[in-house]
Amino acid sequence: MDLRKIKKLIDILEDSNLAELEIREGEESVRLSRMPKGFAVTQGAAPQTQVHVEPARAPAAVAPAHAPVAPGSKELPAGHVLRSPMVGTFYASPNPDSPPFVKVGQAVKAGETLAIIEAMKMFNQIEADVAGTIVAVLASNGQPVEFDEPLFVIG
Amino acid sequence: MLDKVVIANRGEIALRVLRACHTLGIKTVAVHSTVDRNLKHVGMADESVCIGPAPAAESYLNTPAIIAAAEVTDSTAIHPGYGFLSENADFAERVEQSGFIFIGPTASVIRLMGDKVQAIKAMKEAGVPCVPGSGGPLGDDSSENARIARDIGYPVIIKASGGGGGRGMRVVHTEAHLGNAVSMTKSEAKAAFGNDQVYMEKFLENPRHVEIQVLADGQGNAIHLGERDCSMQRRHQKVVEEAPAPGISAAQREQIGKVCVEACVRIGYRGAGTFEFLFENGKFYFIEMNTRIQVEHPVTEMITGVDLVREQLLIAAGEKLSLRQQDVKFTGHAIECRINAEDPNTFMPSPGTVKRFHPAGGPGVRMDTHIYDGYRIPPNYDSMIGKLIVHGRDRDTAIARMRIALGELVIDGVKTNIPLQQRILADGGFQQGGQNIHYLEKRIAEQREKAIALG
Repeated sequence: MDLRKIKKLIDILEDSNLAELEIREGEESVRLSRMPKGFAVTQGAAPQTQVHVEPARAPAAVAPAHAPVAPGSKELPAGHVLRSPMVGTFYASPNPDSPPFVKVGQAVKAGETLAIIEAMKMFNQIEADVAGTIVAVLASNGQPVEFDEPLFVIG
Repeated sequence: MLDKVVIANRGEIALRVLRACHTLGIKTVAVHSTVDRNLKHVGMADESVCIGPAPAAESYLNTPAIIAAAEVTDSTAIHPGYGFLSENADFAERVEQSGFIFIGPTASVIRLMGDKVQAIKAMKEAGVPCVPGSGGPLGDDSSENARIARDIGYPVIIKASGGGGGRGMRVVHTEAHLGNAVSMTKSEAKAAFGNDQVYMEKFLENPRHVEIQVLADGQGNAIHLGERDCSMQRRHQKVVEEAPAPGISAAQREQIGKVCVEACVRIGYRGAGTFEFLFENGKFYFIEMNTRIQVEHPVTEMITGVDLVREQLLIAAGEKLSLRQQDVKFTGHAIECRINAEDPNTFMPSPGTVKRFHPAGGPGVRMDTHIYDGYRIPPNYDSMIGKLIVHGRDRDTAIARMRIALGELVIDGVKTNIPLQQRILADGGFQQGGQNIHYLEKRIAEQREKAIALG
């Protein structure tokens, strides 16, 4: 995958409402995830787009620096916001080799596992509290999340 | 030096810890509840993590959430402040088991001092004078309890072993009331502390509350930093504190200080701590030890020039004490007035928005507060919103400075106890000094009963 293609994907992502964009091409895949608006890596910095270029199977090693979050300033898409019930590290898939539990556009039932949050060596399943379609995935694999942080929007 | 500290507290003490950390170049992580995003120190911290909803049980008392926050931020140590989990031995243990440094003593020492019966036993063995008492928990045998009370001599006080800080206690004046008092205190203790063990002590009628500040590095070195007089109390809550205690001689200070220092070394104490005594007729009687930084620590800082929170951080980083006992000097007099968001007459908490805040200033004036113009005081926590501290060359100067400072201090939008503090500082008995722990409540009651309130 060449850089021009990746740059184009970044532009597409920036112009859209999407939080994450994943493209697979043969054995290569690119996943772009955007930090939600208002979540600044450093105080006062503009939102950044993270680029993970990886072979299809490798786990993403992500640990963005954590910073004060002002949830009120985020522009969330319409729908039911599922917020984190705890502090920990967010994992989108059951283990590094598996695909994520859910993708944008996927229909989910109430009680279905959407993600895992790990804290103190214990893994907690994060379940959908309503049925619907995943409108947005707001946290990325390996990201530290705090209590009440928006994780998913279900429409 | 420690790399990054989680400040597991809120309000003015969280800001105090943050200031000390940043002064030493230590990075800070502010953990907070959903209603505390607007805390001043949260805005100043290098990182922040929301750990739970407003109720303290789900946030500031939530051990897994606090430890998880330390994990996700890759922190080194956790400072518990005062209150909340600061004297919770299980918390200290889990912090250390999770690979973080707990800024305070070891869990076993916290546990020892948290059990008031065991603490008194340990202090007695260490040669610290204690209040005459049952020397152990009370059993269910009412005639045995009556015998203990007769030996001690009425009035006696029944106290919860798991209590402290003025909670879980009941005074008994006659044998007829003893049985009921014991069972009621036991049930209250069970409900409040999960432990119904109680003990008995002689109730001193006119004591002063005098406490000794210590620092120990856990490596065999310990010093004391003199005493504080905290006798101005209402319902066992301190209202005004001062250092040094009026009327205590250098010789008395040295003697009781030495006893406390030796006890520290004996029990393997680490960090900042306070030995609380009742002082009556020239004698000290140990009641409990607080294994944390205390609210009133600033008055000791003002007369010694020692930054106690800084010392806590250095000790936690493994440093030996930088001060020897002979380096500790006492200069002048300091007074602290606790500022509470409460009705000055009914004492009902008064949360709300601080429409205007203007701090007092000038030589020898220190304002320890997290509030600011427009700050919204949440209703979910205690009503203390700051401390006004003054230092002067002598007690009279300190009193004069405090009276001016209280007049300068503006907190609009919520009710505060500033008028009460002004009445205390203007009171003849207070100005005389050396009043006992019942004095303030007596004066408040007298004032209420008067048709015309006289200052």
